[in-house]
Parts: sequence; structure tokens; C-alpha cells
Amino acid sequence: MSAVLIVAEHNGNALNQSTAKVLTAAKQLGADKIDVVLFSGNSELASQIAYEGVNQVFAVNCSGDHDQLAASIAPTIAEMGKGYQYVWGPSTTFGKDVMPRVAALLGVNQISDIMEVIDAETFKRPIYAGNAVITVKTAAAHNVATVRTASFAADKTSGAAEVVNSDLATAASHTRFVELASGNSDRPDLQTAAKVISGGRGVGSEENFKIVYDLADKMGAAVGASRAAVDAGFVPNDMQVGQTGKIISPDLYMCFGISGAIQHLTGIKDAGTIVAINKDGDAPIFEVADIGLTGDLFTIIPELMEKL
Amino acid sequence: MKILVAIKRVVDYNVRVQVKPDGSGVATDGVKMSINPFDEIAIEEALRIKEKGLADEVVVVTIGSNDSQQQLRTAMAMGADRSILVESGEAIQPLHAAQVLLKVIEAEQPGLVIMGKQAIDDDNNQTPQMLATLWNRPQATFVSELQFDGNNIKATREVDAGLQTIEVEMPAVISTDLRLNEPRFVKLPDIMKAKKKPLDVQAIGDLVSDPQGAAIEVLSYEPPQPRQKGIMVESVDELVNVLKEKGLVS
Ligand SMILES: Cc1cc2nc3c(=O)[nH]c(=O)nc-3n(C[C@H](O)[C@H](O)[C@H](O)COP(=O)(O)OP(=O)(O)OC[C@H]3O[C@@H](n4cnc5c(N)ncnc54)[C@H](O)[C@@H]3O)c2cc1C
Ligand SMILES: Nc1ncnc2c1ncn2[C@@H]1O[C@H](COP(=O)(O)O)[C@@H](O)[C@H]1O
Repeated sequence: MSAVLIVAEHNGNALNQSTAKVLTAAKQLGADKIDVVLFSGNSELASQIAYEGVNQVFAVNCSGDHDQLAASIAPTIAEMGKGYQYVWGPSTTFGKDVMPRVAALLGVNQISDIMEVIDAETFKRPIYAGNAVITVKTAAAHNVATVRTASFAADKTSGAAEVVNSDLATAASHTRFVELASGNSDRPDLQTAAKVISGGRGVGSEENFKIVYDLADKMGAAVGASRAAVDAGFVPNDMQVGQTGKIISPDLYMCFGISGAIQHLTGIKDAGTIVAINKDGDAPIFEVADIGLTGDLFTIIPELMEKL
Repeated sequence: MKILVAIKRVVDYNVRVQVKPDGSGVATDGVKMSINPFDEIAIEEALRIKEKGLADEVVVVTIGSNDSQQQLRTAMAMGADRSILVESGEAIQPLHAAQVLLKVIEAEQPGLVIMGKQAIDDDNNQTPQMLATLWNRPQATFVSELQFDGNNIKATREVDAGLQTIEVEMPAVISTDLRLNEPRFVKLPDIMKAKKKPLDVQAIGDLVSDPQGAAIEVLSYEPPQPRQKGIMVESVDELVNVLKEKGLVS
């Protein structure tokens, strides 16, 4: 009998959509059973894991923000994981932090960023910033992996799982949560939005970014940025899209003043339609854009505001 | 305090790697090789900590082929005091690397280990977390700022939701994100000086004779799915029309 344990992610109030995406990937394994483990001080979160095919939800009660800390939760996941053939989490910063710790405790290498499930032992994953895709196989007793969330649609089924409560017994004393500073905004979430408008170095300044936000608000889109825009201080780091930022797959991605470096493209290649606006007709972004328009973003955005 | 920095020799990030036509790997013959960019940031951070008087020695280690000596020399030209090459004829996987690095830790007893968050060839993003686990010490991954306070470090981490700060007790493993610092340029006299700095070579088999965990087997390599060639439009009106036709805007 093969079973999957999924590590759920949340922000304290709501489940992260990555959990439903990992579930989609896990269902392709054809395993006999899928369970989910959730670490939280919020006992109501477990009830959000209501999908068809989820057998049990292990709600591990954490205090003092240990739900965020890999060193605290990995030993519990690994101990539970001994009873599972697969222990999977999302390839988000949360999953990337904790899953290798779980893998090390189970004595296995991890498969990072699964983008395709071929069969129960064979998977595809990107390397070299997505310049190559490898097919990998593991016959290890425990398959610990992260799932590249942009490659799988969220599971939309509904069901009811049995919730099993316990308290975290492995809180680490050497690691403490201090604070989370998030660029709280009312805009749609970058990782799940259907439309994303983003700006790069070409936007020029923090003040100038206002027109990007205005266009996004008009279109109901989330806002992203290139690393150059983040490094220059135009926008906060959580807006960075790319190899070292967020990997996203909106239906529409419109970018202004972004040249199209390979590290940026890695983050958007699953987008439905890519629209690029750049004043340099030779910018590499036009090689991947579905629709390109050469011109100055400072004249094009106001015109778009008028015509959309 | 001693700081240990683990670096990897990888294809330079400016090289656009290509899959070999027969799918047996990526073409790396004759391409430029460099220190993994995140590891360069790790070296820089260690040097800055030492320059602040918080550490007295920076030791750099790599596991790789004999060619990796080049990257160790570069690290020493940046300012690292000495280096260790754990020579391995073949590429190794993260758990094996973590086992080897643990052996180096046992010999060197560093107060802090700084590594890159991911090696840009395999993009695994595992080794620092695994090393911290095997060492049974805390980890602060994807770090963009470090503040020292006695035996504790306040580390600011780049996470999906923004910036998270955690406090870890030393010894600890830190993995770097790009905004932690900007590595210094190496000057010619420093390259000359680095030639005289100690570089110790050890055989991987002498440190770890049986790697833990089955290797993940690579069956084949393929280029990524190309995107369909797009169109260029001439005006905003045309752009809006195409977007409307595709039902992407109303
Ligand atoms: C290890 C590593 C990881 C990285 N990870 C990422 C990542 O996750 N995400 C990321 O984005 N980058 C990443 N980078 C950086 C990447 O290589 C590029 O440097 C970066 O993406 C460039 O950002 P940009 O396109 O905004 O800036 P530039 O390359 O400077 O391009 C600016 C563009 O704006 C155009 N422009 C200027 N003014 C106007 C105007 N008025 N109207 C229209 N167009 C205009 C210019 O023609 C130009 O094409 C990484 C690099 C490394 C080494
Ligand atoms: N062969 C190696 N030798 C030394 N350090 C390594 C090696 N492989 C990985 N590392 C370190 O681990 C980090 C993450 O690598 P990875 O887990 O392979 O993505 C790198 O940035 C290095 O600091």
C-alpha cells in the first residue's frame, strides 16, 4: 500500500493555494491514501482542507509561531513520514526551507520542483534556471519532494477529512520567530492572480511605479517586478518574479521595462499570454512574448488606462 | 570565531546552457565556470563579518573536481584565509554533500557556516538545510540581512510573504539570498597573494566512505518546451483589440 503525506502551508488565517496544487500532483501518483499535516495555532484551519480524496488531516497545534520554523516542525513531519512512501510539500519558500530537513532526517535526497509526474517513481524537474528539464527516477523507500506549484492547477474538489489533533512536541529552542514584515496590500496575491502587471528597471523609480499600480488596479491585477526593480528599491522583495523570486502562472502577464533576462523568464514561462512593452525593439523579452509592443511605457500606460 | 563557507563551481550564470542533442546532458565543454553566485555572496558576507571583528578566520570549502581549485583561489583572492578541496571525480547529490561538509565541520569546528541558497546548475536548494539537520543545528535560509547579538544571530529572510526575521543560536547554518550584499571585485595583487594561501586537498572517500540515501537517478535531459512565436503589434489600439479577442480584458 502506498500513501502520501502532504505538508500544508498557510498564513495563520487561510490555507495557501499551494496545498491544493500539491494535492493535484499527488493524486497523479495513484497512491492508495493521501493525508495532510498542518502546523498551526489556529485549530479552524484544518477544516479548510476539505478535498475529495484526502483521508486524514493531522492538525498539529503549535504555539509561539513554531508553525513557521523548519527546525521545529521537520522532526515531527519526518517521524510521521516514516509511515508514508511520499512526503511532499510545495516549492514555496516555506516548503523549500522545511522539506530538505525532512529529507535529511529520513536519509534521502529530495526531488526539488517536480513539474510533471510521469509515473509513481519518475518525474520531471527543471535545472539551470529552466534551461533544461530532466527526467528523474527514485526508488528510495521515502520519496521526499517539493512540487513546483506553477505547473499544477489547484484541486477544486470538495470533501470531508477526519481531523486528528495533537500538540507539537519537537519545538526547537535554538530557533525563534521574531517578526514577519509583509508588504500588505489590497491587491490580488501575486502567486495566485489571474492577471499580473509588472515593471522593471525601465520604470525608473519608486514614484514612477505608481502608474504600474494604477494600471493593475484598473485591470484587477496583481503587481510584480524584476530583480533590478527590487534591487533599486522601487518595490519590496516579495514582488520579485523569477528564478530567485516567485514562479507564477497567470492567464495574462504584462511587463513594462523588463529586458527579459533568463532568470526573469524562468518565473513566467507558464503564463498563459505574455505581453511585453519595451522601448528597445531588440530586447530579449520579445523572443518569448506572445504580444509585443515597442514603445515608451510612460506614454503607453496612460493610453492603456484610457482604452481599457 | 571561525566561519566556514561552502562554495560550488558551476557554469557561469551568463552562459545560456544547452541540452546536448542526444539528451545525455547539458553542453559544458569549454564554457566559462565560476563560483555559484549565491556562494560568492556567502564569501563576501563572511569577509564582512571578519572585517567587523566578529570572526578571526574565513575558511572556504568545496567538493568537486580538481578544477575547483580555481574557484578556491578566487575565494582566497577575495580575502578568505585558506581553503579545502574535497576532491570528487563525479558530481554528488545534496545529502552526500551535507555528509561530507559535516565531516569538515567536525574537523574545523566553525562557529558559523555560510552557504548559497541554491547552486544554479542543479537548482536543488537542499544542501544547507540538510547540513543543518545532520549537524543538529539551526538554519536561517534565504537570508538578506544578519545582525549579531552575542551568541545569537537575528536573520532576515526573504520569504514569499515578505521579510521574516528569526533568531538563531550559534553555531548555525546560514544560506544567502541575492540581496545580502554585493561581492567585491578581485584585484590583481590579491590574486598573486592568494597563490600563497594554503589549499588543502582531501579525497572524498577519506571523509565519507558510504554516502547515505539512494541517489536520484537522471534518466534524460531535454530542452524546455519552447513558447509559440508571438506577434508584434504597432499601437495600443491594436494591443487592446488582441487582448479583447483573446478574452483577456473586457
Ligand atoms: C543568480 C541570479 C538570480 C537572479 N534572479 C532573478 C529573478 O528572480 N528575477 C529577475 O527579474 N531577475 C533575476 N536576476 C537578474 C537578471 O539577470 C536581470 O539582471 C534582471 O532581470 C534585469 O531586470 P530588468 O529587466 O528590470 O532590467 P534591465 O535588464 O536593465 O532592463 C530594463 C529594460 O527596460 C527598458 N526600458 C527602459 N526605459 C523604458 C521605457 N521608458 N519604456 C519602456 N521600456 C524601457 C530597457 O530597454 C530595458 O530592456 C538574477 C540574476 C542572477 C545572477
Ligand atoms: N559540491 C559542493 N561543494 C561545496 N558546497 C556545495 C556543493 N554543492 C552545494 N554546496 C553548497 O550548498 C548550497 C546549495 O546547493 P544546492 O543544495 O545544490 O542547491 C550551495 O550554494 C553551496 O553553498
